[in-house]
Amino acid sequence: MTAAEVEAMYQEIILDHYRAPHHDGLRAPFHSQVHQVNPTCGDEIELRVRLGGTAGAEVIEDVSYHALGCSISQAATSVMTDLVIGRSVTDALRTYEEFRAMMHGQGKVEPDEDVLADGIAFAGVAKFPARVKCALLGWSAWRAATADALTRTDHGQP
Amino acid sequence: MTTTSPSRPRTGSAEPLDVARLRADFPLLSRRLPGDVPLVYLDSANTSQKPQVVIDAIARHYREHNANVARAMHTVGAEATAAYEDARATVAGFIGAARADEVVFTKNASEALNLAAYTLTTGLGPGDEIVVTEMEHHSNLVPWQLACERTGARLRWFGLTDDGRLDLAAARRDGLVNEHTRVVSLAHVSNSLGTVNPVADIAAWAHAVGSRGAGATVVVDASQAVPQMPVDVASLGADLLAFTGHKLLGPTGVGVLWGRFDLLAALPPFLGGGEMIEIVRMSGSTFAPPPHRFEAGTPPIAQAVGLAAAIGYLQQVGMTAVAEHERQITGYALTALAEVPGLTVLGPTDNIDRGGAVSFSLADVHPHDVAQMLDGRGIAVRAGHHCARPVHERFGIQSTTRASFYLYTTTSEVDALVDGLLATERFFAR
Repeated sequence: MTAAEVEAMYQEIILDHYRAPHHDGLRAPFHSQVHQVNPTCGDEIELRVRLGGTAGAEVIEDVSYHALGCSISQAATSVMTDLVIGRSVTDALRTYEEFRAMMHGQGKVEPDEDVLADGIAFAGVAKFPARVKCALLGWSAWRAATADALTRTDHGQP
Repeated sequence: MTTTSPSRPRTGSAEPLDVARLRADFPLLSRRLPGDVPLVYLDSANTSQKPQVVIDAIARHYREHNANVARAMHTVGAEATAAYEDARATVAGFIGAARADEVVFTKNASEALNLAAYTLTTGLGPGDEIVVTEMEHHSNLVPWQLACERTGARLRWFGLTDDGRLDLAAARRDGLVNEHTRVVSLAHVSNSLGTVNPVADIAAWAHAVGSRGAGATVVVDASQAVPQMPVDVASLGADLLAFTGHKLLGPTGVGVLWGRFDLLAALPPFLGGGEMIEIVRMSGSTFAPPPHRFEAGTPPIAQAVGLAAAIGYLQQVGMTAVAEHERQITGYALTALAEVPGLTVLGPTDNIDRGGAVSFSLADVHPHDVAQMLDGRGIAVRAGHHCARPVHERFGIQSTTRASFYLYTTTSEVDALVDGLLATERFFAR
């Protein structure tokens, strides 16, 4: 990749989220907490999920986190929280699938801004195979925490 | 290569190597990358590039001499065996081994260190201690952790000073190496800090302790040392020493464990299989003497041949000259990097007892982002914790960017690195 292509990958939206991440910090109460790492680079994330709603119609009430990582992983986690907080688990998982498909699309998948909002800024990152994992670390932690929360909560009663 | 930096004065005496001429021997170094920029390869501590003579030696082996070793009763089999055993002798000569059968071929340094950690600790138990350092590569840390879990022995380690050297004063004060110590295993040159450790002094200490009369066994991870400086196992005081071929201009897939012959002869087998046996019965087996006891299965034959060619190349260049070039280019880089705003070097900055790997942080730009930006300019560095997470933890840094140099590294490549870092710092600061 050329210097211009690399600089283009770092969309202003990504740098904005990186400099001022949304929803960061660990908050209570929560139903589940996970710690995930990217062993190749040492990036780490501690992430908590609080669920609400009713059985079968659970809602993501809060996602809070503390993460150490590159601009791509930090920004992707920030965007992820925007996309899932306040949404039903089902909707949020559908959004994840859309994001994942874009990230594994080698830059050839046309993202849907209505679904992914700021997440479309990561379309260019998909052209850099080594960075796809960075963009998915936060999502991976959120999915694990949500799956865990679903097994252990009485829906909204932390 | 274009550079906007003013030319910097070189440190030290005259250039010990004709780097421009040497570079012509390495085909990959003339590659152009997307955007038609030249490759600036500053990742040799990760793996080195290969000169044409090594590529040719491997090709020639497969073209003309390929057969399995030691068990083929035919002409090419004899040739392959001779080439493989010649490679063993070449390695032995290169590191000052007393005899060729002190050289065990493994697949890499990690396997060599696992071999050491497994075989040296079979008789250990609670009350025994193994000593490593806080700057070890994971390959010289995890095998010992596993050995301690298996045996109940206790793992202890040399801590580090703030400037990235072993805290010898604290170790002496705490009696780190003592009559309970069975093994001391340490890096000769740190892959992350660049520190050259006083192996001979520590070996002397280790050999002087111990209730069993012989002191502790000293294992040296020389993966970063053997490529860049003359290494003599006898004067180092090591009992076992490990390194890998691919950082030494050789191919991947071949590593070396050197050991004092009497020590190797006393060690049990590590991996079982063909070639390492003497007599096999269903009721049990006896084992070949070293080195074959530790070389189960078909060994890395062509790779050993390639490694011997690499060593031949380095011997022709001269390891003293390689070491002096390494010292000069590292000094040049340390001076140049000091000009980059927000850059902090992890490890010694004084270029004394220092190898050619420089890890650093750049303001609060994450190393992955640094490496990505540099890659856009054709500059290859490593980003992460370089398989040495504890040392990063020691300095409170999650990860670093590492530039590492070899005999083919030029000052203009260091200038390109500095320009790339300045541009990266500006990009993320905007």
